[in-house]
Amino acid sequence: MLWRLAALLILAAAPLRAEEVVLGLSSDKVAITATFDGSEILIFGAVKREAPIPETTLDVVITVSGPSLPVQVRRKDRQFGIWINTDMVDLDAAPSFYAVATTGPLDKVLSNTEDLRHRISIPRAIRSVGAASMAPNVDVGNFTDALIRIKRDQNAYQMRESAVVLDEQTLFRTAISLPANLTEGAYQTRIFLTREGRVVSQYQTVIDVRKVGLERWLFTMSREQPMLYGLMSLAIAIAAGWGASAAFQIMRRG
Amino acid sequence: MQIYLPIAEVSVNAFLLLGLGGLVGVLSGMFGVGGGFLMTPLLFFIGIPPAVAVATEANQIVASSFSGVLAHLRRKTVDLRMGTVLLIGGLFGAALGVVLFNYLKSMGQVDLLVKLCYVVFLGVVGGMMFFESLRAIRNTRRGAAPKRKKHGWVHGLPFKMRFRTSGLYISVIPPLLVGVSVGILAAIMGVGGGFIMVPAMIYLLGMPTKVVVGTSLFQIIFVTAFTTMLHATTNFTVDIALAVLLLVGGVIGAQIGTSIGTKMKAEQLRILLAMMVLVVCGKLALDLLLQPSELYSLGAAGGH
Repeated sequence: MLWRLAALLILAAAPLRAEEVVLGLSSDKVAITATFDGSEILIFGAVKREAPIPETTLDVVITVSGPSLPVQVRRKDRQFGIWINTDMVDLDAAPSFYAVATTGPLDKVLSNTEDLRHRISIPRAIRSVGAASMAPNVDVGNFTDALIRIKRDQNAYQMRESAVVLDEQTLFRTAISLPANLTEGAYQTRIFLTREGRVVSQYQTVIDVRKVGLERWLFTMSREQPMLYGLMSLAIAIAAGWGASAAFQIMRRG
Repeated sequence: MQIYLPIAEVSVNAFLLLGLGGLVGVLSGMFGVGGGFLMTPLLFFIGIPPAVAVATEANQIVASSFSGVLAHLRRKTVDLRMGTVLLIGGLFGAALGVVLFNYLKSMGQVDLLVKLCYVVFLGVVGGMMFFESLRAIRNTRRGAAPKRKKHGWVHGLPFKMRFRTSGLYISVIPPLLVGVSVGILAAIMGVGGGFIMVPAMIYLLGMPTKVVVGTSLFQIIFVTAFTTMLHATTNFTVDIALAVLLLVGGVIGAQIGTSIGTKMKAEQLRILLAMMVLVVCGKLALDLLLQPSELYSLGAAGGH
């Protein structure tokens, strides 16, 4: 009920257009603390429209994507009886985290052309244009499939069909679970409204994922004062070694 | 209890890491090896990125070897003079090894060569140690006095030096050469070198097994401290939170390992070390021979 109320309140404040999204997030910041153990984000909102509801059914597609980075995928092959890395492909950019949530099966709610245009499904979210031209002899498709498979096993890529709840073609909500192994950065969150596979409206916002406190301090120090950081690591190591030795000596005497 | 590691960007179980550090620390205190050979694959398995695992482990080894050396110093089983000579040779060797490694890398397929060399090397060293210590154990059972090879060609070399703790009066050339070759191997294979150093000290230099463990730990401290600084300043891959979790277990383990080690007979210690070397060798060989369950692996682009 609270979501509905919140959504209606936002609804009242938004500017007017044909059919558009009004969005709310349970939080637009994720703080990575030392004991960070994953997080769940509620994404909810309402469809705001001036005209009466059209006949065709409305669908909602929500994507959350972490920062994209180049990735190298290597493949092992058997040569002279032993398994070694033979082929490798550099993919231009793959998101560190990617989740898609929809109101129904993706191929029903989204046409292929729209998927291509907005890069919504997981394979489309990975850019591998350069890879195909760089390694013409290699089947790049197999490598992207492998990347998706490995990432999916780590829960870093999630395909959640029918995970978005849509009430009376107006109110929608879903929960995206962020795994514990989260990379820092701006997580692009996109909401698409579709009718008969066509995107009729879209909305974008950012969830800010950041290390805080001790995590932040150590990370910054390791980058900005690497010498001091290294010496600090060594000092801790030596102190711990000495401490354990002294403690054991006392225990043996006592 | 889950802890998020700031550099590795991975969330891990703190108690698991404490246990892991402890286990490797015991081996380190007993045998005088750093334990990187065991820690690296275990950290990979937990999901720590390889670069972070290798760098952080060096920091953890500094702690456990320091803890172990202090325990050995109390028992007067560290030959500081021999350790220093080996270390000087080792630093030269490491510098040479880096040059050699880059040369091999420019020729391609260096990974494979290194792995194959490593498997063969560990197999030969482990096998020889195993049979030697087996023979020694049989001899002591029969009551035969252990035969000591004295006065070989080694004793004819110049620049003689007295190594009191080891009970040796030999030329500094063999220890320097051992240091250099272990340094080269360590740089090429990316391991601390304790595995190669310990057998070399026992069989090539003829040092007593008890002294070897402490002396090996002594020189490992410097090698790994240098490695830690190198990784921290060039790759930014030392994760201090991970290191702390590992080294708390490690320093305690090293103390326990040392007291186990001193209670055992030299031959028993050698045969256990030989078995461990053979197990590691077998594991590496299996990795090469068996089909992996996932043929593909991910890495940061541009990385090695």
